[in-house]
Amino acid sequence: MNPIPEQPRPKDYKSDVKPVWCPGCGDFGVLNAITKALASLRLPPEQVALISGIGCSSRVPAYTSLYGFHGIHGRALAVGAGLKAARPDLNVLVAGGDGDGFSIGGNHFLHACRRNMNMTYIVMDNEVYGMTKGQASPTTAPDWTQSKLTPSGTLSRAFQPAAIALAAGATFIARAFSGKPNTLAQLIVLAMQHPGFAFIQVLSPCPTFRPEQKEWKNIVRPFPADELPTSDPALAALHCQRDDGMSTGVIYVEARPVWSRSEMEKTTIEDIEQEFRS
Amino acid sequence: MLKQIEGSHAVAEAVALCRPEVISAYPITPQTHIVEDLGSMVKSGEIANCEFLLVESEFGALSACIGSSAAGARSYTATSSQGMLFMMEAVYNASGMGLPIVMTVGNRAIGAPINIWNDWGDSMSARDAGWIQLFVESNQQAVDVHIQAFRLAEQLSLPVMVCMDGFVLTHSYSQVDIPDQKQVDAFLPTFEPRQLLDPASPVSMGAMVGPDAFTEVRYLAHHKQMEALELIPEQAAEFETLFGRDSGGLVKSFDCEGAETVVVTMGSVIGTMKHVLAEMRDEGISIGALTVRSFRPFPKETLRDLLKDAKRVIVFEKCLAVGMGGILAMNLRMALKDFPIRVHSAIGGLGGRPRPITRANLRRMFEKGIRDEMEEPHFHDIHMDIVERELEREQAQRRSGSIAENILQDVGVVAAAKTI
Ligand SMILES: Cc1ncc(C[n+]2csc(CCOP(=O)(O)OP(=O)(O)O)c2C)c(N)n1
Ligand code: SF4
Repeated sequence: MNPIPEQPRPKDYKSDVKPVWCPGCGDFGVLNAITKALASLRLPPEQVALISGIGCSSRVPAYTSLYGFHGIHGRALAVGAGLKAARPDLNVLVAGGDGDGFSIGGNHFLHACRRNMNMTYIVMDNEVYGMTKGQASPTTAPDWTQSKLTPSGTLSRAFQPAAIALAAGATFIARAFSGKPNTLAQLIVLAMQHPGFAFIQVLSPCPTFRPEQKEWKNIVRPFPADELPTSDPALAALHCQRDDGMSTGVIYVEARPVWSRSEMEKTTIEDIEQEFRS
Repeated sequence: MLKQIEGSHAVAEAVALCRPEVISAYPITPQTHIVEDLGSMVKSGEIANCEFLLVESEFGALSACIGSSAAGARSYTATSSQGMLFMMEAVYNASGMGLPIVMTVGNRAIGAPINIWNDWGDSMSARDAGWIQLFVESNQQAVDVHIQAFRLAEQLSLPVMVCMDGFVLTHSYSQVDIPDQKQVDAFLPTFEPRQLLDPASPVSMGAMVGPDAFTEVRYLAHHKQMEALELIPEQAAEFETLFGRDSGGLVKSFDCEGAETVVVTMGSVIGTMKHVLAEMRDEGISIGALTVRSFRPFPKETLRDLLKDAKRVIVFEKCLAVGMGGILAMNLRMALKDFPIRVHSAIGGLGGRPRPITRANLRRMFEKGIRDEMEEPHFHDIHMDIVERELEREQAQRRSGSIAENILQDVGVVAAAKTI
């Protein structure tokens, strides 16, 4: 491993592999944000594991110099849990798409939230299966009829990642936009510092199959700063429900024992409060 | 009607003609075009009285078909590769419950390492699951065999998998004769379920069966497959009378009668082989071929009959039983066990290599077989230098790393394909 420079730069966390993402894909912003966050945390790449499933977004480990793992569709969180159990000293980042995380891997999402292991889960949500060329995903709005696999729209209510994470027991919940990589990088830092399961839903456009998402940059806005983040689940739920899904920022932070007893002992309320001040 | 269309589209048209009532799917390359085309047909009304369900996984897709089939609806799904593995518990459930679902498998390699190209690893992983497995050689066959598959499935109350080479068939354009609705209706009667979730006569499905009855249930699963050995050729003959085409059946001979050497294979590779074999025959070499069209049930007797006079058989297959060798070869050796015939086992086309399989390298392989110089098993077109370098790395150090990554570095490949 290369020694970590005194002042690491984001590019120290990138590999030589050129992303095969389409021009304008939101996932570029997420890759940049991850590398920025790691540079500001000054983490040696070999102390970070980036685990993914399958999808365009799940290609992200190959584009970093981190300990990467590109597994099978939908299992990233379960693989991450095993890795964390075996190597609690590693910083575990799990990343993937809305299809990977909420449809085929949806059950693992619920249980990862509830298990509250110390890891960060970044979902690049483009409301579509990009890799298989444009089918509706769980987060797709019911009236989207462009996919041949949902000939009359999805006929289903869209999955609400933040609200579900809250109900399932995630202890850090945030939403961000890939078009603002600096803000996203700050959120990733907070998530990685949070002791417990931190979930970030990143609105990450797929210009190829959802060209209308190019408009997202004009729609996203921060949550009202006076009430969020909160550690009151009822208030967090209220905001999740009232929101149209396009507000960004940290929604919910809770101090709850993490899965590993040894880590739990290290966590204090002071640590959590620190998150709000930073 | 003759149409110049993509293989996936041809399959979708064939399935549409079979009047499916429930279609459920989750996308995966190279299956996606089939179900997307079906989705469009449901939307346009070309398929009437059909529910199309996009579900959250292949496990969900086949499970939905299990539910709809149990309710008496003609049910269809399609998958490939990882999707097949992920639905595996439902695969066994569907056959164990005797539900006549038809599923297309766009054959693709299974990972790790991830590979989207064609081989038969996916279908083979379910070879003992109690489904009928029919392999097709061309897109015309794919159309015809799907129509036969629904009838076969429903007559036997058994699910049927139609296996077609991914990309080679699913994504290739060719001229295909799409039958008209009247013809298909004449061949395929409406679905009369043997068991039905019917409020008028309530039943419970999915009984727990203990040691006192399990063997008999299993025996009957096998017995039904043996019945299929009779039914498949009967149906193919009837199909030929009605549609004027020889499609389906248990096996297909390509001048194998009387040949000293017979190549045995399945699927689309026969398309290229036919030309090589004709060339060799023109030069006076006694060589023919046959394709196994029904892999499950495995037509032992028919194969014995066709091969009894051969001197040697070269089995070419796009799959590998790791730790054992060729799967089709193993099955064939079992069928020919008391005959003095050498059965060579050649494994090739794994993960799509080479794309396409060429006449020149097939010919080299056949010639090696004819000289009886094949290793057991023979790996067609393998680069042993790459293998040896990896073995050396493993010898040199304990922590030699992952084989797949090492070999990619060795051959200088960095980025993989774009679609998984
Ligand atoms: C078991 C299984 N089923 C299906 C697939 C095919 N597949 C690959 S990626 C993908 C969905 C990708 O969508 P998402 O996770 O939202 O990621 P994106 O490509 O949009 O970034 C699917 C269905 C697969 N690889 N494995
Ligand atoms: S298909 Fe969509 S998600 Fe995939 S790389 Fe292209 S823009 Fe990104």
